[in-house]
Amino acid sequence: MTIRVKVVDRPVGEVSYVRATVKGLALTLKHLIDPHKVTVQYPDEKWDISPRWRGTHRMLTTEDGTAKCVACGLCPTVCPANCIKLVPGEDEEGNRYPLVFEIDEFRCIFCGYCQEVCPEEAIHMGRHYENAEYSRDRFVYDLARLTSQTHPVSELWDPADRKGE
Amino acid sequence: MVHTFSLLLQVADSQLPPTTGVFVIASIIKMLVMFTLVMVTVAYTTFAERRISAWIQDRHGPNRVGPWGLFQVLADGVKNFMKEETYPADAHKVLFMLAPALAFVPAMLTWAVIPFASPLPTPWGRIDMVVADLPVGFLFTLAISSLGVYGLTLAGWSSNNKYALLGGLRASAQMVSYEIAMGMSTVCVLLLAGNVHLSEIITQQVTMGWNVLLLSVAFFLFIIAAFAETNRVPFDLPESESELVAGYHTEYSAMKFSMFPISEYANMITAGAMLSTLFLGGWDIPFTTWDNLPPFTVLKTLLTFGFFAAKVVFWLFFFIWIRWTLPRFRYDQLMSLGWKLMLPIALAYVALIATVVVVLDKAGIVRGHMFGLILFGINIVSVAALFFWLDRGRMVSPAYSRLNRAGVDQLRAVAPRRSTLKGPGA
Repeated sequence: MTIRVKVVDRPVGEVSYVRATVKGLALTLKHLIDPHKVTVQYPDEKWDISPRWRGTHRMLTTEDGTAKCVACGLCPTVCPANCIKLVPGEDEEGNRYPLVFEIDEFRCIFCGYCQEVCPEEAIHMGRHYENAEYSRDRFVYDLARLTSQTHPVSELWDPADRKGE
Repeated sequence: MVHTFSLLLQVADSQLPPTTGVFVIASIIKMLVMFTLVMVTVAYTTFAERRISAWIQDRHGPNRVGPWGLFQVLADGVKNFMKEETYPADAHKVLFMLAPALAFVPAMLTWAVIPFASPLPTPWGRIDMVVADLPVGFLFTLAISSLGVYGLTLAGWSSNNKYALLGGLRASAQMVSYEIAMGMSTVCVLLLAGNVHLSEIITQQVTMGWNVLLLSVAFFLFIIAAFAETNRVPFDLPESESELVAGYHTEYSAMKFSMFPISEYANMITAGAMLSTLFLGGWDIPFTTWDNLPPFTVLKTLLTFGFFAAKVVFWLFFFIWIRWTLPRFRYDQLMSLGWKLMLPIALAYVALIATVVVVLDKAGIVRGHMFGLILFGINIVSVAALFFWLDRGRMVSPAYSRLNRAGVDQLRAVAPRRSTLKGPGA
């Protein structure tokens, strides 16, 4: 029995191997001498990331170096991934402050709700993406680590341009 | 001992062939130098391949190790030496270990007979710039270059792996098919030179003009066959990573694996050198005979070597350029191209050139520029005719190629109706 193959009747110009080869060689040569390189030489140069980039968190501090957080409990409440662990404390003047503030960056889905909801503008998403660690438990960021990080923070919206126009 | 040594190195006329002792010493030196040169060129061809492929694909390529990534080859070499050697449990151990060497040795051996510069005058006599100036030089290259396929086939067979075996089989079938076309295409060159001595072939091109202009059809056939012989894209069916994992070297690791790419690149260099020697005048500098005539000087040797190296480097670039342009042939296309297209064309061309040579010789035309000019004229006509014809017909048969209109209609008539097909697509 003969093998029935799909029959396509193409014009000669399309199936001419000679012309196609010359055309292909011209194309590759064009790219060789005039490359349109888009590769970023990563560790040396980096993309400018968006001001709205949502990366690992930062806790902003007051002038005296303590966290701005007042342990109101809004961010663990709003967090859809339930990744924020907050134990509030109170000093002798009745000011609330976080005794424990931990964010599990593995659980975090980087939605940015914690930053949006924070009344003190304390917790922020970071404009940062180099997060490699040697062990899993290093991904639970405690308060000391959140406050000591220095990378720029995300601007979830521009107050002057709320609709992003 | 000292006495014999001084006898060996006695001062002689620098334009005359040296004594046997000097000849032996010079040959050993030439061997070492050529081996080193070819190995370094192989290393940097792999680097060039990666950089050029990257540039063609708008990437950067390896640029981290050393300036412009130039030390990448050293890193690759160290990596290959340090890697673990694995042996398949059911492999034929002896052949498995022998095969890389069998692939590697012939690739290097061919270099022995290729003249790479004009003779070098030394105080001990005139040294020919070819490792072994064999009178049967060209036949030697044909014989040795086809030996390389033993390495590939044995590697495929001894691995005891179906993909490797298929790769090895393909390698041998491909080599057999294209060796014939290659031999036939070079018969024309031998007809013009009247000799298989590679130095004589270069001399012939000096007097008549480069063979690329006189025998373009043979030149094109030789290029295609050279691609097939070196297993380069579009003829890399033995390797065929998309269908055969890695073809004949699927089971190889570390330095044994590395020997196969090394032999492939060494074959590329050899093919480039053969193309240059047979069709581009070898070490001849175009538009002048200054470099071909005695007295030979060191400057002439250096310049001609530079020209030869430039030609070889051009061919290496060409091989790489083609690799990153063309897709791989299907297996039946490969076979039909070799047997149904290249072999008949080569045979017809041999007949044509033989007739022309006989007629011109009978007409009493001296084998010189006039001879070359007439051949050039005939060549232009034959190339134009060939390319016109190739461009009309389908050169490498696709599945539908051999069908005419009526055949197509007939096939369509017997094809199953859409409504009778079962399944979700119907």
